Amino acid sequence: MSQPTGIELRSVEKTFGSPAGPVRAVRGIDVDVREGETVALLGPNGAGKSTTVDILLGLQQPDNGTVTVFGGPPRQAVAAGRVGAMLQEGGVLRDLTVAELVAMMAALFPRPVDVEETLRLAQLTDIAERRTERLSGGERQRLRFAVALVSNPDLLVLDEPTVGMDVESRRAFWLTVRELSARGKTFLFATHYLEEADTYADRVVLMAHGRVVADGPPTEIKAIVGSRTIRATLPGTPLEELERLPGVTHAERHGESVALSCSDSDAALRELIARYPEARDIEVRGAGLEEAFVQLTADEEVAA
Amino acid sequence: MSHPLAYARYELLRTFRNRRLYIFSLGFPLVLYYAIAEPNRNEHDLGGTGISAPLYFMVGLAAFGAMNAVLGSGARIAAERSVGWNRQLRLTPLSTRTYFRVKVATAYVMGALTIALLYVAGATLGVHLQAGNWLAMTGLVLIGLAPFAALGILLGHLLTSDSVGPAIGGTTAVFALLGGTWFPITGGVMQKIAEALPSYWLVQASHVGLGEKGWGATGWLVVAAWTVGAAVLARRAYARDTQRV
Repeated sequence: MSQPTGIELRSVEKTFGSPAGPVRAVRGIDVDVREGETVALLGPNGAGKSTTVDILLGLQQPDNGTVTVFGGPPRQAVAAGRVGAMLQEGGVLRDLTVAELVAMMAALFPRPVDVEETLRLAQLTDIAERRTERLSGGERQRLRFAVALVSNPDLLVLDEPTVGMDVESRRAFWLTVRELSARGKTFLFATHYLEEADTYADRVVLMAHGRVVADGPPTEIKAIVGSRTIRATLPGTPLEELERLPGVTHAERHGESVALSCSDSDAALRELIARYPEARDIEVRGAGLEEAFVQLTADEEVAA
Repeated sequence: MSHPLAYARYELLRTFRNRRLYIFSLGFPLVLYYAIAEPNRNEHDLGGTGISAPLYFMVGLAAFGAMNAVLGSGARIAAERSVGWNRQLRLTPLSTRTYFRVKVATAYVMGALTIALLYVAGATLGVHLQAGNWLAMTGLVLIGLAPFAALGILLGHLLTSDSVGPAIGGTTAVFALLGGTWFPITGGVMQKIAEALPSYWLVQASHVGLGEKGWGATGWLVVAAWTVGAAVLARRAYARDTQRV
């Protein structure tokens, strides 16, 4: 690898005991995040995202495999103040104002950012003097983002960062992430919002059932599954006929319209028009990450 | 870590904003003190202890309030754990040692506040001691609080935020009752039990206030044993807590 590696997970495994027997949360994964990259850890609930996040932060030890962050053990990077994190389902300390809590956390780090600047980046300036116990879910989430930022970390690990935020906060949040990413910070965020992974990540690591099922730029992930979808209004034609068209992998019907998932949409489109001149309102679109997601994680389920 | 004192200052600020402190650690002992000691203010030899009622109950209730204040760190720890804040702190350069030091220091500031308040109350009921004796007595009380500081941390890492409140209340009540906060314990089985408890020695610090001898070997041994025992268990509870998911 030419660029210095920010995070390196090698053959990492983690199993938990539970009343129903052992749960293999992470089943041997390899993940690399280079410095300056923004990577999404995407997957349905129970995919092992949060366990992976805990392991790379040093909050949990893997049963097998190795983890390094900036070339050393995670705890070393944490102790040096190089890692900022928003953990999942976290609350905030009460009996302090927003600004006080950020200042309190800043006091723990060797080279913090200015508190005012942090509040601005997290859109908290207007509620800086509000007590933390009186915040809405989205405001609390922004405060947790500020706590992750105030230490001026090189790596930011965000576990489901936008849960509870309204559309406006969410957009502002991602703008800040982009601004910081442009300054060279490394981001790893776990999410189950496909849209966010698609739009904001340089690379998507797709997890299902404790394994990495795909790893690449969003476009590449989408390309793994049929690259395009053709939609058309075509009443009455049996789906089996349409599925036999060249380049079509799958056909679905929604009332009068059909959706054809294609591996070769050009060939499929030519044949479609030739055979069914009555087809109208034809659209060709790149498949969404959502389709890739459903297909890749479903395949894994069958294999597991 | 760069500014542990700035961090501790916010920790203290949080504690001061918590109503629990005012009710259980300051208000409650103060009201009880006047309720118990005032009617007996002319009793100069309470239950054959050779100590006046205002002095005896001053130390007894200072011990009670300070125990509550110091154990209160457990309530704060449990509340922090319930919102996942201890995990957040583990992502900072804050060392375990500093974390505990700040908790204990904050607990002691609260305890000292309670003691100071009860001293003022004692003075209004005619408690007069020599300055040196005040200091020696205060020193013993502060040392006698050490096991409770460790117990607070233990309870905080062992219990949930729902159960820790009653547990602290119960712990304080039992220690206060058996240790002689409410009435002097003289002789018999109760005496034997009391002597094995750190709260008994807290209350016994009032003897020093009159220029008498200190705890003696038994007192020091009991306080030290409870402190070490609770600290070891607290350390274990903390370690177990950090292993958890």
